[in-house]
This record gives sequence, structure tokens and C-alpha cells, in this order.
Amino acid sequence: MPTMDPQTSGQKFSRPKGDGVELLSIVVIGVLMGCAVYLLLQRSLLRVVFGTVLITHGINLLLFTSGRIKRGGPPLIDREAATGHGDLSLLEAAGAAVTDPLPQALILTAIVIGFATTALVLVIAYRTYQTHGTDDLDRLRGADDGS
Amino acid sequence: MGHNLLAIPIVIPMITGVLLLIMRPSALKRWVSALSVAGGLFVAATILARVWREGILTLNVGGFPAPYAIVLVSDLLSAMMLVLANVVTLVVLAHSFLTIDKEHERHYYYSFMQFLLMGLSGSFLTGDLFNLFVWFEVTLFSSYILLILGGGALQLREGMKYVILNIFASSLFLVGVGVIYASLGTVNMADLAVKMASVSNTGLALVMAFVFLIVFGIKAAVFPLYFWLPKSYDAPPPAVSAIFGGLLTKVGVYSLIRVFTLIFVEHPGITHTLIIWISGLTLIVGVMGAIAQVDFRSIISYHVISHIGYMLMGLGIFTPFALAGSLFYLAHDTIVKPALYLIAGVTEQITGTTDLRRYRGLMNRFPGLALVFFLGALSLIGIPPLSGFFGKFAAVQGGFLAGNYGISAVALGVSLLILYSLFQVFKEGFWGEPESASEAWVRPSKYRRLLVPASTLILISAAMGLGAEYVAQLTSASALQLMNPEAYIKAVLAP
Repeated sequence: MPTMDPQTSGQKFSRPKGDGVELLSIVVIGVLMGCAVYLLLQRSLLRVVFGTVLITHGINLLLFTSGRIKRGGPPLIDREAATGHGDLSLLEAAGAAVTDPLPQALILTAIVIGFATTALVLVIAYRTYQTHGTDDLDRLRGADDGS
Repeated sequence: MGHNLLAIPIVIPMITGVLLLIMRPSALKRWVSALSVAGGLFVAATILARVWREGILTLNVGGFPAPYAIVLVSDLLSAMMLVLANVVTLVVLAHSFLTIDKEHERHYYYSFMQFLLMGLSGSFLTGDLFNLFVWFEVTLFSSYILLILGGGALQLREGMKYVILNIFASSLFLVGVGVIYASLGTVNMADLAVKMASVSNTGLALVMAFVFLIVFGIKAAVFPLYFWLPKSYDAPPPAVSAIFGGLLTKVGVYSLIRVFTLIFVEHPGITHTLIIWISGLTLIVGVMGAIAQVDFRSIISYHVISHIGYMLMGLGIFTPFALAGSLFYLAHDTIVKPALYLIAGVTEQITGTTDLRRYRGLMNRFPGLALVFFLGALSLIGIPPLSGFFGKFAAVQGGFLAGNYGISAVALGVSLLILYSLFQVFKEGFWGEPESASEAWVRPSKYRRLLVPASTLILISAAMGLGAEYVAQLTSASALQLMNPEAYIKAVLAP
């Protein structure tokens, strides 16, 4: 009968906290992306638009996770270090202790772009619905109807 | 370091675009937009001359040191594409002045042309992968607007699909950026090139390469990912199609060339062989599509797809000679494709349709138009004095020299099919007896002015062919620069 080795199970719980969160966020990304693809493949125009919204959220989370989720100080260096223009050795020395700011800058940009895209695509979808009188993508095929 | 010159091709269209938003008189808008692009062309030519004399120029935006700052880089390829983008935009604007209606002008058509040019310039100049994504979005947003401006039923229907597809592609781009950042910790392209060499996990490196192959492949409309192109390029006014066909797909090609000569070069046996296959299939499928069409603009749209193959085969073969040929072809195609779209636009003005079954015998009344189309077609097929020949020749010979007989044979065979397809257009639309009753006339004075933009592009193509010596020097130097990325890396990381 297999018994649980207290040492290995103890190791399991002593791992850094970030790992669990990273795993969780990877699963969430997967679920978001799966739902997004499902919605993108629907016939209704609005569902497709929601699919693009979900996919944007999934990507933002992926970018966030790509910088490793960890607890650290704010990525700031004090004034003396900053006045030595271009000298980043101090920041690099503190590198282990601070959180990586770049993914957050990337996400911020991606969120803004995603927001604008969603606004635009909703307008286009509405105009398409108005003009064609349908939101069924099967009826919006490129048939040679001379329209 | 401080080559602020590199920011100017981005800043000029941005300022002009914003100014155009608040201008009312359409004559003023036309003058301002044309002068601005002419200025941009001058700056781009200056950049090209300086890169030719001094080597690769860089600008660290904000003054931060290299891998941390967003960096603008101009090597010969970037500078060449900048010049071409400004030339094509200028000519297309000239065509727009004659053909675009008041409604378009009132709804910020010229502004979005400027924003499109800004996005293109940014994409060509940036040395940062995430920044490239941002410039792609600037370009795409302008293209969404230009595509659906006017709100015709066809435009909305095709625009919707174009937007959805591009949102998906952009998301995939970000997935690629995320994966790269998670594994290498940088998004600076030169830094990536250095760090990619140390990736021992072949699978991971290939996943990254394929994500970007798919993303840029969708933009460039290569073989299994081209399906969105023909319909959506048929929907907008011809001037917009011209700029899309000339420049929008080329951004995808440019990005493919950039990342597959700089970053993903560790496993050419897999990635570049795949690119050869893709280029061959793109050539075949595109030209088959063109032969099956009966609509002037659809035919050209399928030729856009087909000719992407010539631009990628040099990249796949991956020798300086073949790559130089493909770059020559890239420059040639960027000039000639818009010319053909503009000719289709002039024909549409004359006949009121693009359906080749509904008119014939245009040559009798409009010999000038027929001549311009004939020269454009010859250039596209690759008849010697015109520019198409030299790029094709170098790419095909490069294939033979490198032992890739298959792709070279396909490229040669497809040329014959291109000849057949364009001859069909000539036979259906330009030869035969004109049916006068079905034709809507344009005033002769307007017709003569309409011919000017397209003829200008054809003249440029002829000049590139006659001065092939000089263009080939540029593309060979550029190909050598791309094949030896050390100079690029050094210019960015250790200026």
C-alpha cells in the first residue's frame, strides 16, 4: 500500500507561492481562449464580437503571466541612482527584489487598443446588421449578389 | 543614438492627420495632404541616402539605453520601404483627388490616409517587437476605417469579416510576444536575436517561430491564410484598394523578412523550408484564383496573393542572391500593383463596372489606357526592360544556384499563367468591337488627368527596369545586410 512520504509532500507545500497562482492563471487563460474560440465560431454576429472581447482578456492575462507573478517592491530607484543618467546597474542589482514593470506597460497598451477595437467593431457590427437586416453570418456570405 | 531624423517620417503624417481632422475646405485638405506626403518622401529619401553612406541608423526613443528603450532602426530595407510607401501614397492621393467623392472627403478620408502612412512608417522603422504590434494596430485601424468608409452593403459585409480576422491575428501576435517575453525576457529585436541563439529547446524556438509565421502570414496573405484578401480588397474605392494592395500586404512581407533573417534563424532546415513550400503554393493558388475570375479588380487582388510568393521564395531559399531578387521584386510589386488597381479604377470610371463581361473594345476609344495597362501587365509578367524581370530573374536563378529546382520551376511556370490571366483581361476588356450603348462616358479632359497617376507608377517601374543596375546594388547591399545581422545587432545594442 503506497504511503505518502511526509518529506516530499512537505516540499510540495514549501514551494514559492507564485507557482500556484501562475498555474491558476494559465488554466484561466486556457478557459478564456477556449470560450473565445467557441464564440468566434458562432453564426451570430454579436457572439463573434463577444468572442473577440474574451480573446482580448485572455491575451492580457497571458501577458501579465509572462512576466512571472511574484511579490516584489515597486520598480523605482532613488534619485541618486537616477541622476547617473543611463546607469542601470543599480536597478539590475535590485532586480531580484522588484516586480517586472514591462508586462504591465504591455498590458496597458493592449487594453487601450482592445477597448478601441471593441468600440469600433460594435459600431461596424451594428451598421452591418442595420444595412443587411440580419446578424446571421451564414447570410452574410460573399455571394455574388451584386450588392 | 541621436538620429532624430528617424522619428520624422512618423511625426509628419501624425501631425498632418490631426490637422486634417479640423480643416473644412476640401481644396485645402488636398494641398496639405499632398505636400505633407511630398515632405515625407523627401525625408525618407534623406534617410535612405544616409543609411547608404553611414550604415544602419538608430534612435533610442526617450534617451534610455539600448535594450530598455523602444528603438527605431533604419537599415537599407526599412529605408527602401519608407521611400516606396511615400511614393505610392503620394500617387494614390493624386488619384483620390480626381475620384473620391465629397462624402468621403468630409468624413476624414485624407486624415486616415495619413494615419495609415504613419502606421506603415512606424512598422518599417521600429526595432521592437511589441512596438511593431502597436504600429500594426495603427495601420489596421486606419485600414478598417478606409475599408468601410461610405457604408455600402458590400463594404460593411466584407469589412466586418476583415476586422474580426485581424483582431484574431493581432491577438495571436500578442500571444507570440507573451511567449517570447516569458522565455527570453526581452522584446527588443536585436536583443532577441542574441538571446534566441542560446535557446536550447528546439520545440520552444519553433513554436515561437510558427506563431509569428502565422501572424505575419495572415497579414501578407500567404497560402492557407489568403482567403480574406480578394473580397475585402474589392469592396472599397479603387484608390483605397490600390494603397492596400501596394502597401498593406507588404508590411506582412516586410515583417516576415525581418524576423526570419534576424530572430528565427537557428533552424532554417525547418522554418525556411516551410517558407519555400508556402511561397510555391501561394504562387500557384493565387494565379489559379486569378484565372478563375471575371472581375477586373478581383483578378488583380488574386495577383496580389500570387506575387507574395515571389517575395517569399528568396527568403525561403535564404541566400543573399535569392533574397536580393526577392527584395527587388518587393520594390517592383509595391509600385506596379497600385498602378494596376488605379487602371482598374479608371476603367470603372469609364464603364461604370469592373465586370469584364459587361464591356469590351476599350482600346478603340481609350488607346492611352490600353497602353498603360499593357505596360503594367508586361511589367508584372516580367518582360525584360521593365522592372518585374530583374527581381524574378534573380530570385529564380538564386533558387537554381542553391539547388532548389522545384520552387524555381514553379516560379517560372506561374509566370506563364500570369501571362495567360492578364492576356484574358486584355482580350475581354480592351480588344473587340466597343458596345457604345452600354458605356458611360467621362469627359476627355478628366480621362486624361485620370491616366496621370497610373502612368507615373508605370514610368517608375520602367525607370527601375532601365536603371536596374542601381536598384540591384541597393537590394544586394540590403540582402547582405539582412543575411549578416551582426551589424544590425551591433548598431542597436552597442552604438
